[in-house]
Amino acid sequence: MSETEPKEKPDLAIDQDIGNFSYPEDYAFDAGTGLTDKTIDYICDAKDDPDWVREFRKKALKVFQQKPLPTHWASQDLQNIHFDDFRYYLSKGAKSKRTWDEVPDDVKRTFERLGIPEKERMFLAGVEAQFDSEAAYSNIKKAVEEQGVIFVGSREGLKEHPEIFRPWFGKVIPTADNKFSALNSAVFSGGSFIYVPKGVKVKHPLQAYFRINAENFGQFERTLIIVDEGAEVTYMEGCTAPKFDSVTLHSAVVELVALKGAKIQYITVQNWSPNVFNLVTKRGIAHEEAEIKWIDCNIGSRLTMKYPGVVLKGRKARGEVLSIALANNGQHQDTGAKMIHAADETSSNIISKSISIGKGRATYRGLVHIPRHLKGCKNNTECDALLINTDSRTDTYPAIVTRGEGNSVQHEASVSKVSAEQIFYMQQRGLSEGQAMSLSVNGFVNDLVRQFPMEYSVELKRLIDLEMEGSVG
Amino acid sequence: MPKKSPSARRNGAALPAWWESRRAEARRRFDELPLPQRKDEDWRFATIEAIRLDEFQPGAKGKTPEAKLLARSQPPFAVAARAVFANDRLVRIEGAEELAKQGVVFEPLATAIEKHPALLQKYFMAHPVDLGAQKFAALHAAHASAGVLIHVPKNVELELPLVSFHWIDAAKTAVYPHTLIVAGENAKVKVVDFLGSTDSKGGGLACGLNDLLVGPGAKVDYVCFQRWGTAVTSFQLNSTRVEKDGEARSLFVNLGAAYARQESRSTLVGGGARSEMLGLSVGNDRQEFDQRTLQCHDVPHTWSDLLYKNALDDRSKSIFKGLIRVAPGAAKTDAYQNNRNLLLNPEAEADSMPGLEILNDDVRCTHGATTGQIDQDQLFYLMARGIDPRTGAQLLAYGFFEEVIDRLPDKKIGEAVRAAVAEKFAAMRPKGKAKVSVRKPAVRAAKASQAKKPPLKGLKKAINVRALQGLAK
Repeated sequence: MSETEPKEKPDLAIDQDIGNFSYPEDYAFDAGTGLTDKTIDYICDAKDDPDWVREFRKKALKVFQQKPLPTHWASQDLQNIHFDDFRYYLSKGAKSKRTWDEVPDDVKRTFERLGIPEKERMFLAGVEAQFDSEAAYSNIKKAVEEQGVIFVGSREGLKEHPEIFRPWFGKVIPTADNKFSALNSAVFSGGSFIYVPKGVKVKHPLQAYFRINAENFGQFERTLIIVDEGAEVTYMEGCTAPKFDSVTLHSAVVELVALKGAKIQYITVQNWSPNVFNLVTKRGIAHEEAEIKWIDCNIGSRLTMKYPGVVLKGRKARGEVLSIALANNGQHQDTGAKMIHAADETSSNIISKSISIGKGRATYRGLVHIPRHLKGCKNNTECDALLINTDSRTDTYPAIVTRGEGNSVQHEASVSKVSAEQIFYMQQRGLSEGQAMSLSVNGFVNDLVRQFPMEYSVELKRLIDLEMEGSVG
Repeated sequence: MPKKSPSARRNGAALPAWWESRRAEARRRFDELPLPQRKDEDWRFATIEAIRLDEFQPGAKGKTPEAKLLARSQPPFAVAARAVFANDRLVRIEGAEELAKQGVVFEPLATAIEKHPALLQKYFMAHPVDLGAQKFAALHAAHASAGVLIHVPKNVELELPLVSFHWIDAAKTAVYPHTLIVAGENAKVKVVDFLGSTDSKGGGLACGLNDLLVGPGAKVDYVCFQRWGTAVTSFQLNSTRVEKDGEARSLFVNLGAAYARQESRSTLVGGGARSEMLGLSVGNDRQEFDQRTLQCHDVPHTWSDLLYKNALDDRSKSIFKGLIRVAPGAAKTDAYQNNRNLLLNPEAEADSMPGLEILNDDVRCTHGATTGQIDQDQLFYLMARGIDPRTGAQLLAYGFFEEVIDRLPDKKIGEAVRAAVAEKFAAMRPKGKAKVSVRKPAVRAAKASQAKKPPLKGLKKAINVRALQGLAK
C-alpha cells in the first residue's frame, strides 16, 4: 500500500483545473448559430469540400431532422439540448500547421498549458491537436511517416487520399445509425484520418487532443482509422473544455477498420467540463483474426452517451471494451459496449467498472448479439459498480441475444460500496478518510488500469484522486 | 356452490354497481391504451405481430363433458380445496365450506363480488401491473369473472394447497383466469394454479392475472403451471406485495402457448420482507416465452432472489428482461437476479436483459445471465451409456431445472413440476423416436415400466438425474 501513497494536495489543486481556462475568441470562420442548409453550405465553402461531401452532408441533415431524440430509452436530459443555440463551425483557418511555431499564439498557449508539445517529445509517434472545429496542429514523426503511415486530419484525408478514405467513410457507422451520427455526418469537421499499411507495427501511440474553447459551441470531429493486414496501431485521444454556464455539445463519430490480422487499440480519456453533452458513436469492424480494443475512460461531461462497439466480421476476430466511468454530482455517465458477432469463432470481452460519487449516476448499457448461423462464439461481460455515497445511483441495462451452435455468453454484474472496515483499517495506519477512500477506489479499478499504457494509467489515477476529493461525508 | 354460474351473471342479472363501474373504467382504459409498438422498450425483442386480440370470444359451454373435465382436473397431490373452471365458467368447487370454518375465504370471483365486496374493493387489482402489459391488465379487469378470491385471516396456517384449474375448452375462446391471494398477519398458505387446454394443440386467448398480497409475517407459496394449447396467446400478469417480515415465493412453469408473456413484479414494502421469484420454461417448435420482471425494494432490510431458467429446443425463443430497483432510502437491500438459458438447438434464441437500478449505496445486488449449450462431454458420457443424443440433451436439461425445483419447500408440488417437465419433453420427441433407444439392461428394465410413469422417470432411476444436476448448471 505504501507505494501508492496519495499525492500531496497542492500538486493536485493545480491540475484539477488544468482545462478550465479560455482565450478570447477571434475566428476567421464562424458559421453562426443554428443549423440549416445554409450552415452546411458555409461549412463546405470554408473547408472547400468536394461535391460528394456536400451532398453527403445535406442528406445527413435531413436524416438528423427526421430522427426523434431517443428519449424512450435514454436520459430525458437530452431534451435540454437546444440545437438552434449552437454554433456549428468555428475556426481560425482550415489548414493545420506542421510545426508549433506556425500555430497562432493563443492556441499554442492553450496546448502548452495542457502539456501536449511536451508529451509529443516524450513518447508519441504523432500528434494532432484540434481547437474547436479544425486541427490547429498535426505532425507525425518522420520515421513513422516513412513507413507509409498516414496521419492527417479528416479534411486532408478525404482530399489527399480519397482512394482509401472514400470506400470506408460512413461504412462502419452509417449516417442513419442514430440521431447524433446523422448530426455529425452533416457538420463534421476535424478528427483524424489514419492509415497503417500492411505489416507496419507503429511502436508508439498516435495521439489526438480535442479542445473546445468557445461558448455555445458544438464540436463534431470525425475519425477514420484503417489498419491494413497484419498492421498494428495504438491511438489515444484526450479532451478538455473550459467550464461555461451554457451548454456545449460534443458529438463525434469514430470508425475503425481492422483488416485481416490487424490490431487496433483505441484509448480515450474523456475529461470534458461539466457543461458538455458528450454524445459519441464509436464502432469498429474487425476482419478475420483481427483485434479491436477500446479503452474508454469517462471522467468528465454532464451527460455522456457512448457505447463503443465492435462488429466481429471475420473468423476468429476479437473485440474488447474496457470501460471506466466516474460520475460525480450532476453527472450522468451512460456508457457501455456493443458486440455484434458476425462470424464463427469470434470472441468478445466487456469489462466495465463504474464509480458513482455524491448524486452522480453511472449507467452500463450493453448489447451482445450472436445470430443463429454462427458457431463457437464467446462473450464475457462483467460490470461492477461502486457507490460512494448514500444517494449515488447506478444502473445496468444489458441486452444479450444468443442463438446458434456452441455459442456461450455470460454476464455478471455486482454493486458494492467501499467497505467501512477497509477505510477504518487505512485510517488506523494514518491515512485521512479521503485518502483511504481514494485508495479504495483506485484499488477497485486497478486490475483494469494495469492494462493501460503507463502514461495513461498514471493520469487516470490522478484524475480519480481529484474526483474523490471532498466526496467523503 | 354458487347459486348462479358466472356466465349467467354475465348474461343476465345485473352486477353490483361498483363492480360494473370498475369494469366500464377498465374497458375505457383498454380502449385508450395503445397496442405495443416495436420500439417500446418494454416490448424489446418480442414478436408483437403474434399478438392478436380481435378474433376471440368469451367462451360458451365447451364440448368436453363435465365428468371428463373433473377427471382431468386431479392434482397429483392432496389438496385442501379445488375449483375447476372451463371457458371461465365454474364447473365445480370443493372444500370451501371446510375452509370457511377456519375463517378462510375460497370463493369464485363471480360470487365473491356479492359475498365479499369489502375485500374485493380493497384488494382487487389494487397493485401495479406496469411492466408493459398495462393494456392487457385493463382487458383482464374488464372481463375477469373466473378464478378465486383467497383470504387467509390472521394466524391461520394451511398445510395443504388450494388449487384452481382453468381450461380453454373451445376454439377461439378468450379466458381471464384470476387468482387473488390475501394473506393476513402470520397466515400461511400454498396456492397452485393449473392452466390448460382440453385440446393440447388448441388456440385461444388467455389473459390471466394473479396478485399475491402477503401481510406482516405471512407466508405465501404460489405455483402456476401454464400448459395452454400450443396455439394460445397467453398473458400471465403478477403483482406481489410483501409487508414486514412476510415471505412470498412464486414459480411460473411455462410449457404451453405459442406466445406467452409473463410479467412478475415483487414490491417489498416492509423491513424483513422476502420474495423469491422463480421461473422455468421449456420451449419447442416456435414457442416464444416473453418474461419481464421487477424487484422493487422500497424500504430498508428487504430481500429478493430471482432465478429464471429456460431450456429451448427447435426454433423457440425466450426473452428475459429483469430489473432490480432499489429506492434511495432502501439501505441493506439484498437482491439477486439470475437468468440461465440452455439452447438445445442452434435455431433456438435466448434474449436476456438483466437490469439494475440502484439508488442507494448500502446494498448487496448482483445479477447474472448466461446462455450456453449442452456440454458435449456430458452428452458423450450419456451416449456412451446408450442414450440417444436428443434424450441425453433433454435429460441434461432436466437436471438443469433441478436448481429451480429444489427451491420449492413442498416436495410433492416439486414432484408435480418434474412430471410436467418430463411430459413436455416426451411430447417434444420426434414421432419416430418416441421410445428411447437404450441398450443397457438396467435402463431397458426401466423402459418396461414406462407405460405408467412419465418416460423420464424410468431413466431417472437408472441414471440418477440428481447426480447430473450439478453438471448442467
